[in-house]
Amino acid sequence: MLDRDGSFRPDAWRHLADDEAPAAGEAVTVSFKRWQAEPERWSDRTGPLGLRLPNDVPPAAFGPAATRFALIALNFPRFIDGRAYSQARLLRGRFGFKGELRAAGNVLRDQLLFMVRCGFDSFEVDADRARAEDWPQAFREFEQFYQPAADRGEPILRQRLRSWPTAAE
Amino acid sequence: MLALYRYDEFDRKFLEGRVAQYRDQVRRRLAGQLSEDEFRSLRLMNGLYLQLHAYMLRISIPYGTLSSAKLRGLAEVARRWDQGYGHFTTRQNIQFNWIRLEDTPDILAHLATVELHGIQTSGNSFRNITTDPFAGVASDEIEDPRPYCEIVRQWAALHPEFSFLPRKFKIAISAAGEDRAAVMIHDLGLYLRRNDQGEIGFTVAVGGGLGRTPILAQTVRDFVPRRDVLAYITACLRVYNQYGRRDNLFKSRIKILVQSLGIEKYRQEVETEFAAMGDEREALALPDEAVAAMQAQFAPPAYADAAGDKAALLAAIAAEPEFARWVERNIRPHKQPGYSIVVISLKPPGRPTGDCSATQMNAIADLADAVSAGEIRVTHDQNLVLPYVRQGALYDLWLRLGAAGLATPNIGLASDIICCPGLDYCSLAAARSIPIAQALAMHLAKREAEIGPLQIKISGCINACGHHHVGHIGILGLEKNGAESYQITVGGSDNAQAALGGIVGPAVAAHEVTATVDRLIDAYLRLRHEGEQFPDTYRRVGLAPFKEAHFVAR
Repeated sequence: MLDRDGSFRPDAWRHLADDEAPAAGEAVTVSFKRWQAEPERWSDRTGPLGLRLPNDVPPAAFGPAATRFALIALNFPRFIDGRAYSQARLLRGRFGFKGELRAAGNVLRDQLLFMVRCGFDSFEVDADRARAEDWPQAFREFEQFYQPAADRGEPILRQRLRSWPTAAE
Repeated sequence: MLALYRYDEFDRKFLEGRVAQYRDQVRRRLAGQLSEDEFRSLRLMNGLYLQLHAYMLRISIPYGTLSSAKLRGLAEVARRWDQGYGHFTTRQNIQFNWIRLEDTPDILAHLATVELHGIQTSGNSFRNITTDPFAGVASDEIEDPRPYCEIVRQWAALHPEFSFLPRKFKIAISAAGEDRAAVMIHDLGLYLRRNDQGEIGFTVAVGGGLGRTPILAQTVRDFVPRRDVLAYITACLRVYNQYGRRDNLFKSRIKILVQSLGIEKYRQEVETEFAAMGDEREALALPDEAVAAMQAQFAPPAYADAAGDKAALLAAIAAEPEFARWVERNIRPHKQPGYSIVVISLKPPGRPTGDCSATQMNAIADLADAVSAGEIRVTHDQNLVLPYVRQGALYDLWLRLGAAGLATPNIGLASDIICCPGLDYCSLAAARSIPIAQALAMHLAKREAEIGPLQIKISGCINACGHHHVGHIGILGLEKNGAESYQITVGGSDNAQAALGGIVGPAVAAHEVTATVDRLIDAYLRLRHEGEQFPDTYRRVGLAPFKEAHFVAR
């Protein structure tokens, strides 16, 4: 597990298969399919609950339920499949999800910064490779960005209003 | 002072960051840390393709506007790292065809010093924003569209949500009565409009594109106030990013999504998203001051009182028929009295279309400094433009262009052909296109005065980089049983009355193309009424007479 602050840590969550039972109080994630089948069962349970959301579930349909979860893992089946970026933006910006947003699947170094900017907190990566290739450096490759996103700062266009001449000089 | 966008400290740091990031990516690839598959998408996001013989590097020329310093920077790349020339493209970009991977970080570092880059000139994200090459100087425009192009460019640069779209995404903006940006064949097109209250906004059209499924864009909304235009585009993209197909490369452009949902359903999705944006719409809003600040960057150069130039120009025209011919064909009306827009042809018959040598680039940069406020434009039909030339300077300019081999008087005529690189360079091509264009141009140059305005467009495969579908005469290279052959269409058009051409008959062999096109032109000349161009005649008479001409030709 790689964190957005650049640190590596063991995964504190157990990812349940659909026929696996959770232990009492244990932090677990369940598949979207399993949660959808009996949402009450999971909301009644004590212990942190996470959800693994496939990237073809429209956030508009699922979004209002997002705040029930402590963690949502979004999936990148292949790194070129960018649907989860939009899911992340909407879960964060539209549906007020404040829990841990995790990138799972084909997560590569050069996508990390895009992911952070869309609101991801943690990344399921091959820790050995990520350490060897200094993936945490990827978070620091740019300090500022042009467009507003889920991360810090106002967009550069607004910042510039303070410094640009407003008439031809 | 230059009348175009100048980088500030942020832009410079951003680009330096990008160059350093890319340098590290190349290092990791050469060290074996990145697989070719992983590196591929990274190099493509910097415009680096692997072609038939070498790497090709495509450099972005935002909305086709260059300063003389940028053009000299490009000349330097051609001279130092390529074979001494570059190729201007239909996206108003430039490509270098003989590049070594190891050199690319240095090339991009060099280009960064003149505020150029290869960001997003390939890959499944926003491509170069294109516009009217006569922006800011055209007499028929509402406002200069380039401040909006630059705003959209910045918003799109390394966009965190939309860098892994289902497929590439091309945006064009037009602000004039005549659409000189081929907006209708873009994934997303913006037509700048003024509404009844006098406010500026945009008609947003989505889902145009060529390739194997040519479709013209459809209107999503008639008028989006400029304040909301970035938010509205975000909504358009977000719907596409979620619902666009990813299972089939050939069905992944937004045009296929719009076709399968239908424009009404797509519009409804976009409007629902747009209505729900709330805070995000505010964060993306363009206040009037932001637009004014950007417009100030594009303030026109100080014009001289050049009303008296006309007399000298008329005298030169009367004295020198060749100059008169060049003026008639390569000069376009300027909104400032006494000034002209000069189009420099990169189509001397017999030469590869759109190619320009380092020597020529430097010569054009010098001329731009001398007579055009240091500014040059690239057109989507692969020519260059000097946008601010006093009429009194035209004769001397013509002489100097002639000395550099750049005074071909054929703009808009039969030998001013759009042509992709084809099988001579491109790994996707099915057939050669450059030799076809060369043969046609050599032949048609002799009769182009009689023919008048005519757009011939040639693509070497169905990806349609040469825009053949919207050519008055379109030529598509195919591979049939191991031999190159060419399918011909007629009646296409890429302006505001955009239309896709009709297929005239079975594909012909390479050696038959010129004769076939000749017969199609004969038919057009026979059928046309006074004042008609090819698409007008085609609309009136239909495909049948051209089918017949094609058949006779065989």
